[in-house]
Amino acid sequence: MTEIFGVPLAVLSGQVMIGLINGSFYALLSLGLAIIFGLLNVINFAHGAFYMLGAFVSWGLLTYGGLGYWASLALTPLIVGALGALFERSMLRRLYGLDHLYSLLLTFGLALALEGLMRWIYGAGGKSYPVPASLQGVYNLGFMVLPIYRAWVIAASLVVCVAAWAVIEKTPLGARLRAATENPRLVTAFGINVPLMLTLTYAAGVALAGLAGVMAAPIYQVSPNMGSSLIIIVFAVVVIGGMGSIMGSIVTGLALGVLEGLTKVFFPTASALTVFIVMILVLLLRPAGLFGKGK
Amino acid sequence: MTYRYQDYRPPLIGTGPRYLLLALVVGLAIAAPLAVYPLFLIKVLCFMLFAAALNLVLGFAGLLSLGHAAFFGAAGYAFAQSAKIWGWPFELAVLFGVAVGAGLGLIFGLVAIRRQGIYFTMITLALAQMVYFLAVQAPFTGGEDGIQNVPRGMLLGLVDLRDTGVLYYVVLVIVSLGLLFIRRVVHSPFGHILGAIRENETRVTSLGLNVARYKLLAFVLSAALSGLAGALKAQAFQLASLGDVSWHISGEVVLMVLIGGIGTLWGPLIGAVFVVMIGHFLAGSGLPVSLVVGVVFMACVMLFRRGFYGEMLLFLRSALRRVAPPSQV
Repeated sequence: MTEIFGVPLAVLSGQVMIGLINGSFYALLSLGLAIIFGLLNVINFAHGAFYMLGAFVSWGLLTYGGLGYWASLALTPLIVGALGALFERSMLRRLYGLDHLYSLLLTFGLALALEGLMRWIYGAGGKSYPVPASLQGVYNLGFMVLPIYRAWVIAASLVVCVAAWAVIEKTPLGARLRAATENPRLVTAFGINVPLMLTLTYAAGVALAGLAGVMAAPIYQVSPNMGSSLIIIVFAVVVIGGMGSIMGSIVTGLALGVLEGLTKVFFPTASALTVFIVMILVLLLRPAGLFGKGK
Repeated sequence: MTYRYQDYRPPLIGTGPRYLLLALVVGLAIAAPLAVYPLFLIKVLCFMLFAAALNLVLGFAGLLSLGHAAFFGAAGYAFAQSAKIWGWPFELAVLFGVAVGAGLGLIFGLVAIRRQGIYFTMITLALAQMVYFLAVQAPFTGGEDGIQNVPRGMLLGLVDLRDTGVLYYVVLVIVSLGLLFIRRVVHSPFGHILGAIRENETRVTSLGLNVARYKLLAFVLSAALSGLAGALKAQAFQLASLGDVSWHISGEVVLMVLIGGIGTLWGPLIGAVFVVMIGHFLAGSGLPVSLVVGVVFMACVMLFRRGFYGEMLLFLRSALRRVAPPSQV
């Protein structure tokens, strides 16, 4: 059997695979965070809660509505996005003029409340979500066995990430978004409805988290605390990458996922700490983050 | 006459009534074990000190840390380990807890102060989660069970701490000293510079002061006091557990400060009483604490950002002004 550094290739590629999966979720979530932060100047602590909500909505659509994976892949981001828009309109909006501290605390409170609510209704235990029939089975690559669903998650999230990047960097809509980030008052003067744009941006960022939740449901257990445990790692990813660049957050997310997978092969006990250790190193060597601009 | 930045307005009440109120609070604290059972009171006291310590950085230096549970919880482990396994006396074990809190605070501070604003918050949260993972894996913490049955010893070999009623008064004295220390720090020249940093960091730098060093010292002081609170709680409950290191505790203590009044000396104490009581009354109801805490958090941010104490002062001031217009500005 082929070995690299004394580790069987199948084990190594298996862990890289798991790393890529985790990395896809890091990328999707940090992308949403970066989009929201870019325009609203709000760090959305509730991002993990919306991801958890996405998984639960998808599970609920199947359990109560009989709607399968593909339907919920389309519906869930819309539902989660609508909830996000409602939250932005009713509460978050009122805090824009104040210290950033308050919007941060508001979304933190929302994250706690949503997690508590789901635990109250469904208990702390996990629910399982079946892999859709059309994506069951495995590809045999010779050196490893690749479950089709996992390949799909990696491919789909890459496509979504690149599409989001293209919308922001290459389309007229994205140009307006970027202009509003630079100077909202000037953009308002040009007749663009900036408040509506803020709502839609928050909704879109949160919908990305909901989409990640749908894709995560068949892989991880659908449980109330799935969001909080993930989001803290994603914050570390965001600190490492810096939120200045959309592509930067995608690349950092994937790279850290893979690095975490590799650490699991060589130092199993340290794998949970990998991202945090990288964060400390980056802060000591390059405080602005890998892709960051200034503060 | 120099005005302190946090109470630059003339005092609301005269010196006489002020001391009367203080005497009332002290009397209440001394008599409390007659009405409420002491272990609960000790818990309230520990969280009062913890919240006041967090407020030192959040309210007076403008640094929002979501990682303070790491200092609180790690000091609890340090206390339990030294008191139970190594057989250290109470005083030494508490000091060890404080030292561990301060040491961790130094490490957190050195890393986190390199970034500002929301990044600072995210870094403290991530570092605290790292401490949590370490606590899950480390052999001496006992994983999910924690360190149980931590013995209660003697204070200076004289006072028996096995009696919870006695322990209450010991904790009351220690916590009061901690709170007085915080008050002293806030009113010192160092405290004034912290306030200036909160208001305008660039300006302070332009005055030739090393902002990072002031922030770091404030952070380490806050972490040490949080450690003191954590060690005392571990002694009272004879337990050091994973729960005290988790991010939920960091959130709860921020809520205590917010709901009482950020940047006030009395606010965190009021907030601690309120939040600990919420936890106590929810314990039997089956309603998750995080749901209620989260909703209270949101209500607080939306409706009364100055907190109970801050809003009360504002109300009293405007009421007084209506009754008797101020003779001086």
